[in-house]
Amino acid sequence: MNVTGSDFTALLPLIILAVTAIVVMVGAAIRRSHALSASLTLIGLAISIGSLWIAAPLLPRQVTPLLMMDHYAVFYIGLIAASSIITVLLAYGYFEKYEGSHDELYILILVATLGSAVLVASSHFVSLFLGLELLSVSLYAMIAYPRRRPLPLEAGIKYLVLAAVSAAFLLFGMALVYGAFGTMEFGEIAARLARPDFNLWLVLPGTALIITGFGFKLALAPFHLWTPDVYEGAPAPVSAYIATVSKGAMFALLLRYFYQTGSHELEPLHLVFSIIAIASMFGGNILALLQNNVKRILAYSSIAHLGYLLVAFQASGDLAPTAVAFYLVAYFVTTFGAFGVVTVLSDGTRDADLIEDYRGLFWRRPAIAAIFTAMLFSLAGIPVTAGFIGKFYVVAAGASAAMWSLVVILVVTSAIGLFYYLRIVVALYSQSTQTPATTSLARPGVVSLIFLSAALIYLGLFPSPLLALIHRLMPGLI
Amino acid sequence: MMLACLILIPLAAGVLAWAAARWSVTAARWIALLAMLADFTLALSLWISHYHAGFATWYAETDWAWIPQLGIRFHLAVDGLSLLLLMLTFFLGTISVLVSWREITEAAGFFHLNLLWILAGIAGVFLAVNLFLFYFAWELMLVPMYFLIAVWGHENRTYAAVKFFIFTQLSGLLMLVAILALFFLHHHATGVYSFEYQDLLGTAMSPGTEMWIMLGFFVAFAVKLPVVVLHTWLPDAHTEAPTAGSVILAGLLLKTGAYGMLRFVLPLFPHAASVFAPIAMALGVAGILYGALLAFGQTDLKRLVAYTSVSHLGFVLLGIFAWNSLALQGAVMTMICHGISTGALFVLVGALHERIHTREMDHMGGIWSTAPRLSGAALFFALASLGLPGLGDFVGEFLVLLGAYQKSIVLTSLAAIGILFATFYALRLVQRAFQGPNTRDWHIPDLVPREGLVIGLMIAALLWLGLYPRPILDTFQQAAARLEQLAPGK
Repeated sequence: MNVTGSDFTALLPLIILAVTAIVVMVGAAIRRSHALSASLTLIGLAISIGSLWIAAPLLPRQVTPLLMMDHYAVFYIGLIAASSIITVLLAYGYFEKYEGSHDELYILILVATLGSAVLVASSHFVSLFLGLELLSVSLYAMIAYPRRRPLPLEAGIKYLVLAAVSAAFLLFGMALVYGAFGTMEFGEIAARLARPDFNLWLVLPGTALIITGFGFKLALAPFHLWTPDVYEGAPAPVSAYIATVSKGAMFALLLRYFYQTGSHELEPLHLVFSIIAIASMFGGNILALLQNNVKRILAYSSIAHLGYLLVAFQASGDLAPTAVAFYLVAYFVTTFGAFGVVTVLSDGTRDADLIEDYRGLFWRRPAIAAIFTAMLFSLAGIPVTAGFIGKFYVVAAGASAAMWSLVVILVVTSAIGLFYYLRIVVALYSQSTQTPATTSLARPGVVSLIFLSAALIYLGLFPSPLLALIHRLMPGLI
Repeated sequence: MMLACLILIPLAAGVLAWAAARWSVTAARWIALLAMLADFTLALSLWISHYHAGFATWYAETDWAWIPQLGIRFHLAVDGLSLLLLMLTFFLGTISVLVSWREITEAAGFFHLNLLWILAGIAGVFLAVNLFLFYFAWELMLVPMYFLIAVWGHENRTYAAVKFFIFTQLSGLLMLVAILALFFLHHHATGVYSFEYQDLLGTAMSPGTEMWIMLGFFVAFAVKLPVVVLHTWLPDAHTEAPTAGSVILAGLLLKTGAYGMLRFVLPLFPHAASVFAPIAMALGVAGILYGALLAFGQTDLKRLVAYTSVSHLGFVLLGIFAWNSLALQGAVMTMICHGISTGALFVLVGALHERIHTREMDHMGGIWSTAPRLSGAALFFALASLGLPGLGDFVGEFLVLLGAYQKSIVLTSLAAIGILFATFYALRLVQRAFQGPNTRDWHIPDLVPREGLVIGLMIAALLWLGLYPRPILDTFQQAAARLEQLAPGK
């Protein structure tokens, strides 16, 4: 296998991410400075996004059997890298209040981002696993980063144990599929599946185990048990990262693997996906009702949102990849916005994660409360926000495939979901005697919040530029 | 462009009022008032300039591309029906700004932002002829209304606001599913992606499918209207909302439900709607009787007025599904007159509540001796509500009964009994609250000039509608005739 210069150019975004991680590491070895590490990381991420335009003319291009650099991958790499920029901005203000050195956090973010980028570009089980482990191992450390506090440590260990188990499931599943087909390339698997002479009794359990592994990472019910604890324990910016980048990359991979190989059309799997989707929508929305902790509410709500996405995934058809891509963008913006509010309001001692912390916030900090309200309404899918267009597309995808029962369940469960979003909104606006707050909030966090709200409203009112972009990039997938 | 202004002016004025309230609350109130007056003038001038030409077709359209990928356009148009309701919207909008002048002191800027945005949403509902845009506006009026109740409401506001939100949101989502089903049916039939009302009219579908999709729309509109069984959010929301909120809820929000039936349910699904019509008419009659009965049993003055809405909107539902020119004319007339008469009752109850800080009728009595103008106005609107000839409500309900009689004598007789019930609750309201001895020794100021102006305008409007309803009937005439043409079996 010859690797040419063009291959390197196509891989440039990934290479830059790796190089930036090394640069930040060397930089930290020479001089420890929180601001320097954060800025280097931001620059590296920005260059990596810029290099997507350099790589774009060469696409689509199969770089070694492992990585498929196509427009689909480029779209998601861009989304992931942009999300990492937001994470760094949020984390900078958040960790500035903590004692100790924070340079390593940025290295971890870069490595996790690299892992996610490998995931969305992978076309082979090996690169899939490589990307997944790069992402997971970085996340263990990121979750437990404030190591003197018990909750993050507990969350980190929980994630470590369960992620390792799920990786084992995934590996075993891949082994079974390999046993049936003798190949680990998605393209080859698709070709073999098209012929009727494969051993269904290896492929079916194998694919089921792969779904289990994916389900864990995506926190779909019934593999969701780790989610609320980890979200609650992890520092708020890291929770945001897990909720968005880690899940988004995984979902993009899920879509690529199943759409490319067509193995989601194996008869019983359709039912399995339906059950997982229904369980996630009901489980996430109903369990969120019982919570008093904003981070846990967001955790359960993310379970429900992944359930909605699964409805679009099942619809297949022309609309599905567009619906998923748009929904993920909207969901990224919204989730970062919501966790961003939690982040900027947290002080050096604990995260502002109880509903009580938000009571009467509108009278103390009207702008932050308004932003939070917009984010919650977007999660609930109310117009003028990106979440509305996203939900509209998901319902449209479901309706186009005539999956009426799933669509109706989606509608009913999202009405249940309104209860807990409104609980927070009610708290935000409840009358209180508190006077307007005078202390200022971390500037980078506030800047990113303003950017996110602008994006939220823009996408809610004028979705067509993004839709046009998605339409241009997505046909490469199927 | 003119139609877009009707929506954009309140949207912009809302933001402006919010910003202005930092420096001067009075400025915010004036901005809101001027915006409403400007919109009202615009709608009025549209009406007058087209009056002689008749209201045969859509006119004054605004049509901009929005999300071309799915055939979603920012497409507004008016016909006689929407124009009547737009004028009602901006009339009551002006009234609600005026009644909040003294009542709302806390976060007044944010209040006017919400108030104007609800009105923009309602205007959008009456103007949209693209189903996506319609749904967008339908949802848009929800959030500010929620805030209006949740922030400036009375004691039990959170419960009422959340209940209102969830009822309307769930039914709205069902409508979204129905809209999408229709959209894809149309796509399968023609290969074109379009949410345009004109394109979707006459989409071919099997009777079963048509019935399901029709029910999706019907449920959304039935919650807003409200139809009995789905009405339980209404008394809570109306009672807990601040006065302006109650006026808008009763006067306008309920009308969006009736408008939806007239604009979408009947024309898009004529066959399913005609199969369903007897059930809908029965539900309408049930609403008339149930609402009147419960209104009679209330001791909370505001709740009483709220239940009368259930009763009056029953007439609207009955008229719509009786589906002939007379009944349709009556339904639209009732919609407009109910908006004014019930709106006025809420204004008066709000004014009274501001003065004596209770809504319990047991704590009232003898108000007439201390506030004769307020009490006299209450008597006037109570009489309007019970259908006194010469006032607008009578014309509407009479036409509905006349039209419905051709469809079902039994249901019409029962509905007529509802009018009798109305006499009980209306007179009970006046006697318990305003007449009798002043046992509690109330001494309250009478209506101030601002309130007098509001009430005077509403009295004048109602008298005009009752004595000379021709212009209203003429305006809706052609649309009613077209709707009647659609009725299967014609």
